[in-house]
Amino acid sequence: MKNSSSRGFITSLLFLVGGLVAGLLLGVILHALTTGKFSANYFTDVPSWMLGFLVGALAFFYGLLGYNGVVRGLVWQVVGTLSGAAFVTLVRWILDTVGGGEYTLFDLRNYGLSEPAWVFGGLVGALSFMAGVGAVGDWFKWAKGDETHDHHPEEPTWRTYFGVSLDHKVIGIQYTMTSLLMLSVGGLFALIFRTELALRLKPDGPSMDIISLNLYNSLMSLHGMVMIVSILLGIAGVINYLVPLLIGAKDMAFPRMNAFSYWVTIPAAVLLLGSLGFGGFDTGWTGYPPLATRAPLGMQMFYLGVWVAGWSSILGALNLITTVLRMRAKGMTAFKMPIFVWASLATSLISLTATQMIGLAFQLSMFQRLFGMPFFDVAKGGNPILFQHLFWFYSHPVVYVFVLPGLGVISELLPVFVRKPLFGYKWVAMSSIGIALVGFLVWAHHMFTSGMNEYLRVPFMYATLLVAVPTGVKFFSWVATLWQGKITREMPTPFLFLLGGIVVFLLGGLTGPPNATVATDLHLHDTYFIVGHFHDTMFGGYIFPFFAALYYWFPKATGKRLNETLGKWHFWLMTPSFLILTLGMMRIGLLGMRRRIADFDPTLGFDAWHVILTISAFGIALAVLIFFFNIYKTLKSSEKATGNIWDSRSPEWQVPSPMPAYNYEKEFEVVGEPYDYGLPGSTYVKM
Amino acid sequence: MQNSRHFVIVGILVILVAVLVNMGLDAAQLFPVKASIQAVPIDWMFDLQIKAISFFFALIMVPMVYSLVVFRRKPGETGEGAHFEGHTGLEITWTTIPLILVIGLGYLGAGNLAEVRAVDPQAMDVTVVGFQWGWRFDYPQGFSSNKLYLPVNKQVNLTLQSLDVIHSFWVPEFRVKQDLVPGETNYLRITPILIGEYKVRCAEICGASHAYMESPVIVVSQADYDAWLSEQVAAAQAAEAAAAGKPDSKRGAKLYEEKGCKACHSLDGAAGVGPTWKGLFGSNVELADGATVTADEAFLVESIKEPGATVVKGYPANAMPALGLKDTEIADLIEFIKTLK
Repeated sequence: MKNSSSRGFITSLLFLVGGLVAGLLLGVILHALTTGKFSANYFTDVPSWMLGFLVGALAFFYGLLGYNGVVRGLVWQVVGTLSGAAFVTLVRWILDTVGGGEYTLFDLRNYGLSEPAWVFGGLVGALSFMAGVGAVGDWFKWAKGDETHDHHPEEPTWRTYFGVSLDHKVIGIQYTMTSLLMLSVGGLFALIFRTELALRLKPDGPSMDIISLNLYNSLMSLHGMVMIVSILLGIAGVINYLVPLLIGAKDMAFPRMNAFSYWVTIPAAVLLLGSLGFGGFDTGWTGYPPLATRAPLGMQMFYLGVWVAGWSSILGALNLITTVLRMRAKGMTAFKMPIFVWASLATSLISLTATQMIGLAFQLSMFQRLFGMPFFDVAKGGNPILFQHLFWFYSHPVVYVFVLPGLGVISELLPVFVRKPLFGYKWVAMSSIGIALVGFLVWAHHMFTSGMNEYLRVPFMYATLLVAVPTGVKFFSWVATLWQGKITREMPTPFLFLLGGIVVFLLGGLTGPPNATVATDLHLHDTYFIVGHFHDTMFGGYIFPFFAALYYWFPKATGKRLNETLGKWHFWLMTPSFLILTLGMMRIGLLGMRRRIADFDPTLGFDAWHVILTISAFGIALAVLIFFFNIYKTLKSSEKATGNIWDSRSPEWQVPSPMPAYNYEKEFEVVGEPYDYGLPGSTYVKM
Repeated sequence: MQNSRHFVIVGILVILVAVLVNMGLDAAQLFPVKASIQAVPIDWMFDLQIKAISFFFALIMVPMVYSLVVFRRKPGETGEGAHFEGHTGLEITWTTIPLILVIGLGYLGAGNLAEVRAVDPQAMDVTVVGFQWGWRFDYPQGFSSNKLYLPVNKQVNLTLQSLDVIHSFWVPEFRVKQDLVPGETNYLRITPILIGEYKVRCAEICGASHAYMESPVIVVSQADYDAWLSEQVAAAQAAEAAAAGKPDSKRGAKLYEEKGCKACHSLDGAAGVGPTWKGLFGSNVELADGATVTADEAFLVESIKEPGATVVKGYPANAMPALGLKDTEIADLIEFIKTLK
């Protein structure tokens, strides 16, 4: 990319504001044209604001990068979407004209906004993005017989991250940054609807104070899926950056597929967030029909977005499994792999084989709406419970996709700070595989109240309880690792996040069995207890270890160490806020607070609780802002951290930071055990 | 020797913390009142699990915090920790014991579920109909109510049906929960044991006003119940007698709310799943097959009794269920539609 097209950050911000205003005005004008009248209320339309955000983001990146990389991708996506929608509209107009229809082409109310047009447009738009950004070109060149270049290795500049790169380290950081962006968006949604819950400006009767019922439901539903996508991006980021370094590979097995897997998540995210501009949807992230059949057009954009994002999971997992099986350094037998590699392998086995199920479930529901195929419509021989089976066959195992890498990070890093080998390495490795396998047999515990066959409930209860066994092995191993260690006196930030992760995941784990035993679940299902429980598993199994990993490997990626004081503020603000939030959720859930409600019965007496929970949520948000500020400040500072600052045995710390473009100049050889801290004279690798 | 001293201290602390946590959770009043027989075994199971949670919480937290305090490097201290890589006996122990425990818990859980589902052959019947966004309770004596009245200490077998999307029947004080699935019939047995007023709250998200889908559940003594029942039956009979041949738009307006019509048919011309009722009576309606009919008395009666017989153009077929309304009720509804100019 050429530097000449850059306009500087401040100018780009002005572009952002200008784009936002222009998009908003365009939305208002379109609204006025389609309704034939004008109202000042149009300025608060969600679709117009979404258009404003889209144009603003485009203008911002254009200012920053010129017509390059992600900007070209997004422009192509917009053009592709409109072209696809126009194509369907044209076909329908022709068919209608032939059939003697009465509509005119430019009557937006009848054709331009039709569901098939926009869904087809959304699909064409996603494909256009991939072509526009340049993530598929090499394959076409190969098909034609042309030569292609390997883009890397090169020393990345900040621009490298906004365009297609084949370097796993660049892709890992791209994933991570996108994950943090999605985390912020999902968090912002949560802050908006939590504020609504905390407010009761109308003491008697319904009290929707800042947003409408429909917007509440849409934001709540999107919060779930945006966070899931954020987590999938985050683990892909850490895995992509680390696994080749840990096993001594030059890159992932299929670098182009790796870039494809990353870039396809961008149009997916645009579709997902775009659902707000198409009326939103009110089904929760589960998208159950028949409610989904009645929801606004945003439902289809949600389905399509998840469907597109699924490709990233499947292809990324395939890539990782191949890389781990085929590209390990000399001497790295299965039980000498770093434990994080085992966790990545286990998680990828699930992603590779289960993701198709949610794609299929959403696709069938999409087709039911588009083509009247009645897969889930009882009146025509379909079955709505079938959707739930398909959906949960992915959506339960996927929680292990979320947590296994995080638990892997805990097992990987604990020995470094405790200065002692990981207790029971083989058992920890096998427990990851065990969780992954048992995880496939438990999905129907989400359906104990659904009315599925009665006799299914007890076997699924047993299977679900079994998950506690390999999970317990991990906890016992961590405790035994800490026992008799020489624990680092400074308690650095990554270590604090590891410990926080263990405590929070313990709370998530211990509150699991009451959901597994059927009779108690009849009370707990669809309440705030569940919401508290799974936020504990997600934060303990992913968010805390993810932050630990970011603090720990940030110096590896940048050559600079994140500020410890700010890191401790981050930890000590986030942890208590989070504990109050989820324990409070569980408390009111047990007392009768249903999940996914926009407003609640004042006679329940939960008003004060909701104020506390909302304040806690803002505490978490503030902590994450401190983290972002820390990144900014650290990147600005000139202080270097290029050596083995954690005194680790792992190969990536035996070379200088930031990681050289080629990874290791010479291939290393594994000569010892990965975690033999305290064994004099031993090393893990010979460089 | 050093190690065994640590083990003793940690062992004592684990027991102490487990007991304290359990006492704290017991004192915290975690549940609403126990108002059904089914809540008794469920709360017993909760209690058992809370004890287990307290113990395992202490079992992990105590040695963890203890290690962080005792095995943390002293100021200026260097050196590595004790070098041991694992212990197969320990691993087998902490795999096998939890395995036995969860199988035991599963066994207890299965028996517990059977207790919750125990059938009383003398149980009374009420049909619960859920719709966007409300509840209707059809009593076998031939009347409907928008409040669920139940006699205390008598099992009721609820027949659960939905007119539109999935809903879920949950009264927190009764503990149990069951989904209502359109096109299917589910059942839920409840035996109230405590006189009082509760609310059934829809637990499965069902669209915009899901939050407000709540109706009163009133548990009364058998005598009060019988009195209420005969009052309702008499009122229903009187209403039917009065209504025969005299359709009334006010009753029609009430039925519009209670029978779930309003979930799909608007009164103000707004688009819905079904056609609006505004200006419907006497208008010309275009059907899906291209024919045009006048929306007269006969057409409306047919549309209500056999919703699939004709489909209005632009609206989905088979969206409307046959509601099994009485002739007088249909007449009331049509009278109501006539008023909507």
